[in-house]
Amino acid sequence: MSNDNDHRVNAPDGTPVAYESHVPTHREAEPIPDPGLPAHTWRPTDVDPKAEKRAERQIAAMFVAAMVFAVLFVVAYFSFSVGDNWDTFAGMGASTVSLGVTLGMSLLLIGTGIIHLARKLMADHEMVEMRHPAASPPEDREATVQALNDGLDEAGIGRRPLVRNTMLGAVGILGLPAVVLLRDLAPGNALDISKLGHTIWEPGMRLVRDVVGTPILASEVETGDLINAAPEAMFPSEENGYPELEGAEEQAEKAKGAIIIVRMDPDELTDATQPDKWTVDGIICYSKICTHVGCPISLYERTTHHVLCPCHQSTFDLADGAKVVFGPAARPLPQLPIAVDDEGYLVAQSDFTEPIGASFWEREKL
Amino acid sequence: MRLLNRTAGRLSRHRRGPLAGLAVLLLGLLVSGSLYTALAPAQADNQPSETEQVAQGKELFLASCSFCHGQNGEGVPTVRDGYQLGPSLVGVGAAAVDFQVGTGRMPMASPGAQAPRKRVVFNDDEVAALAAYVASLGPGPAIPNESDYSIEGLSDEEREEAISRGGQIFLTNCTACHNFNGAGGAMPRGGYAPSLHGIEGKYIYEALLTGPQQMPNFSNGNLSPEEKRDVIAYLGSLEETPEYAGFTLGGLGPVSEGLFAWFVGIGGLVGAAVWIASHTTRSSKGKVNA
Repeated sequence: MSNDNDHRVNAPDGTPVAYESHVPTHREAEPIPDPGLPAHTWRPTDVDPKAEKRAERQIAAMFVAAMVFAVLFVVAYFSFSVGDNWDTFAGMGASTVSLGVTLGMSLLLIGTGIIHLARKLMADHEMVEMRHPAASPPEDREATVQALNDGLDEAGIGRRPLVRNTMLGAVGILGLPAVVLLRDLAPGNALDISKLGHTIWEPGMRLVRDVVGTPILASEVETGDLINAAPEAMFPSEENGYPELEGAEEQAEKAKGAIIIVRMDPDELTDATQPDKWTVDGIICYSKICTHVGCPISLYERTTHHVLCPCHQSTFDLADGAKVVFGPAARPLPQLPIAVDDEGYLVAQSDFTEPIGASFWEREKL
Repeated sequence: MRLLNRTAGRLSRHRRGPLAGLAVLLLGLLVSGSLYTALAPAQADNQPSETEQVAQGKELFLASCSFCHGQNGEGVPTVRDGYQLGPSLVGVGAAAVDFQVGTGRMPMASPGAQAPRKRVVFNDDEVAALAAYVASLGPGPAIPNESDYSIEGLSDEEREEAISRGGQIFLTNCTACHNFNGAGGAMPRGGYAPSLHGIEGKYIYEALLTGPQQMPNFSNGNLSPEEKRDVIAYLGSLEETPEYAGFTLGGLGPVSEGLFAWFVGIGGLVGAAVWIASHTTRSSKGKVNA
């Protein structure tokens, strides 16, 4: 081992190499002398040709394995069936698992190969880089500001306010075409907010079970029941004569018309639910759309009559006119006035009497 | 012939004896009695009658349930208005008892927000007796038959249809609380909707009928018996279906998956980077010198 103090290290072949020290000279005055860097210890791969060869082979093996996995990825892609009748492997989708494993292994092996190369074979010498201030030198900054000012001066923007103002105006007004284009991305006439104020519900329209579309006999609904329901118009048939809706219109009406029906002991209803006018023997119907930001809610606790929105935990008391008892919602859920028709099925008395769902600026005007 | 005649002659001699009629009568009774014992339906004699069952159920009820539900199942209110130690059991029906007691939820270990499923403390006969007693308090839903919730009798095509319809009904009515694949979820005030994985069809059917704890009812006027059967078929199919995209991490949705990605995924990467940087490639045993 060479003397630590002379800041010299040996090359693998034993010849001394100069160690470039960046220690400033004024350090001599400091109370504790700079100890410098410890003597360099060479890696086995630097001094042992056998170790070097072994590392080379290891790295190459990793890269070859990465290639094999990449090819296996392609093989797996074509050999496992997907779609309706997919292959399984250990209770999982064979295609997904094999694609993930092969691509992951390929990338991992390239990574480990590169790290192995850097640690075992790349030139091994220590470097010292002194820190510099993050800012550019003052002369560079001055030169840049000078160039900028020269440019502005030559363009004469400061001296010609007419040019400056019209230029700003021309760029600014480009926002207008964008607004017009964006406005028309909304289906229908976006400025016509009147449709936010009403839904597809109309007097005499039956309340039907969501998904299956069957009407609901009031006498069959039991206390404690929760029925996720929809307007009958969402299930058009020749019998009921409602027109077939399509595309965005169907989706919008479906979203706006969704309701929940619950039945509770009529004594538990407060006057806020209009028990004499809007309910049928304790059967009560509300919009399913939260008044906060419009999530569909049906997380209902039957003993407390609370319904909770899963998005932001707004909680409504369905026995008390869906009053907000917790959370960010500002208004109760709109109640749908219901009645029974001649055959005993639940029907709507009218549309909702207020806009359903989240708030918007002109809501009070509707 | 002579032999026959002789035997007949001997028999007829005895028949005239004074006890012959009685002997024949006894013999006949013995034969028919033992034949009946051997051939009659076996359970007919060890099945308690309904009255006996109700009486046994009442005894069990008084010992194990009446503290919270009252001595006649009328419920016990607390001092806070509108709160109950235990609700009235009049009209909850045998299905509710079979669900609550048969899954070990009742008797509760302690009052609280949740009645968790735990070890069942009654045997099948005792559960049946309790169910009979509570059913006698007032009319309510009965314990469903297996044909109500099983799709055994359906053709393959009908089964597939039932499962897909059940899936839609499940996603509309059940996912709000029980999560999109039935893994359960949190409820207000410390409660939770339990996982539906591995639950017997009978108990799911009973829970739909009776609405245990905070769960709303899905009575036959709400979801028809076939729709309930379809939901159960869908839940069964969820368990049989292999997971297409690999491990589900409990199927709890973005929260558990995000936690896994951040802690296990990114944490693992950071750990690997630290491990690489902290291990030297320089030989530590015997410094290599030139």
